[in-house]
Amino acid sequence: MRGLLIRDLRLAIRAGGGFGLALAFFLIVVILVPFGVGPSANVLAPIAPGILWLGALLACLLSLDRIFATDFEDGSLEFLATAPVPLEGVVAVKALAHWLTTGLPLTLAAPVFGIFLNLPGGGYGWLVASLALGTPALSMIGAFGAALTVGLKRGGLLLSLLVLPLYIPTLIFGADTVRRGVEGLDAGTPLILMAGITFGTLALLPFAGAAALRVNLR
Amino acid sequence: MVEPLLKVVDLACARGGLTVLEGVSFEVASGSALVLRGPNGSGKTTLLRTLAELQPAVSGEIFAPEDTVAYAGHADGLKGTLSVGENLTFWGSLFGFGDIAPALDAFELRDLVARPAQSLSAGQKRRLGLARLLVTGRPVWLLDEPTVSLDVAAVGLFGRAVERHLAGGGIAVIATHIDLGIDADVLDLSGFRASAPQGGAFDEAFA
Repeated sequence: MRGLLIRDLRLAIRAGGGFGLALAFFLIVVILVPFGVGPSANVLAPIAPGILWLGALLACLLSLDRIFATDFEDGSLEFLATAPVPLEGVVAVKALAHWLTTGLPLTLAAPVFGIFLNLPGGGYGWLVASLALGTPALSMIGAFGAALTVGLKRGGLLLSLLVLPLYIPTLIFGADTVRRGVEGLDAGTPLILMAGITFGTLALLPFAGAAALRVNLR
Repeated sequence: MVEPLLKVVDLACARGGLTVLEGVSFEVASGSALVLRGPNGSGKTTLLRTLAELQPAVSGEIFAPEDTVAYAGHADGLKGTLSVGENLTFWGSLFGFGDIAPALDAFELRDLVARPAQSLSAGQKRRLGLARLLVTGRPVWLLDEPTVSLDVAAVGLFGRAVERHLAGGGIAVIATHIDLGIDADVLDLSGFRASAPQGGAFDEAFA
């Protein structure tokens, strides 16, 4: 299993588009927003939590369709399915590798992007905390969606349509955590609810993803 | 330790919801090979995928000890950006087998070990794909057209690897059109063609 994780990370780094692509996309989204709504701090500050979370979510979405598609196309997935590792574990490790290459760098870089959007001072800690707890759910839900659409031509678009609605609860609680942090309210409640969603997806979706892969390999 | 033995009784398998083979029965004893023959579309790949449990059988039974099968399909399962050695080491570690040296020697890949897999020729890629079988340590090999894009010398290498595998008590089921120079029983699949396509009877949602 560790071998699979190391291989996926190595592939992400060598193929390019691993750590850099999601971050660059996040950066561009965050930079475009002031061009669209104007650079005034009064306008940007209230929408900053939502924009930061939306940007992170879309950046996560970018590389989802490659989670299983390349392995499916080159026959690796068939070999993985007959290997003495549970397919559930394969799904979980793939989601972990996706999180390490997208969710984790996004979480670490988010405070810098917060400055671009005039995020008020109280929000930074909550921004990092909410992204750290929320992005694993994005990767796990995404891995499940990728497993569902793995055999399809042009599956990437369908994947976005399937996965984005499932991201709504995480988005609501994640952005609300940061907003409450900015306003000085108690941000613990939405953060805990979001953590609950994350742990729920981590517990259930590897099984759903593995079942979807088995059907798609037939 | 159970002797690895593959036994198939009255197996029917389907491709894309249509039953293509039915009534297939055979046994492969430890140390022997079975060659599958038949025209295109006769169900060689379908049978091998069913044996590898990548797809369910329509009916009939497959008897094989758990976790003994290594399936090499048309695709080699290689990552172009990883080197030959890294590709093999990954599969070896996944199957808990580790040592890649015998596999490199068997398919004469030692000189290529540091080359990225994307820079290999089609035949070299195929050799690497077949070397994967050796690092699995699995006794049952299911091979689908293993000699595609191999030259005569490489086919010889492959034949000797299969012979060593059989001598070690393994078994191999090989779908191929050419003579591999190994001692094997032949099963012609055209005799097992499903009598009538059963399109309406198959419901994908309940398969």
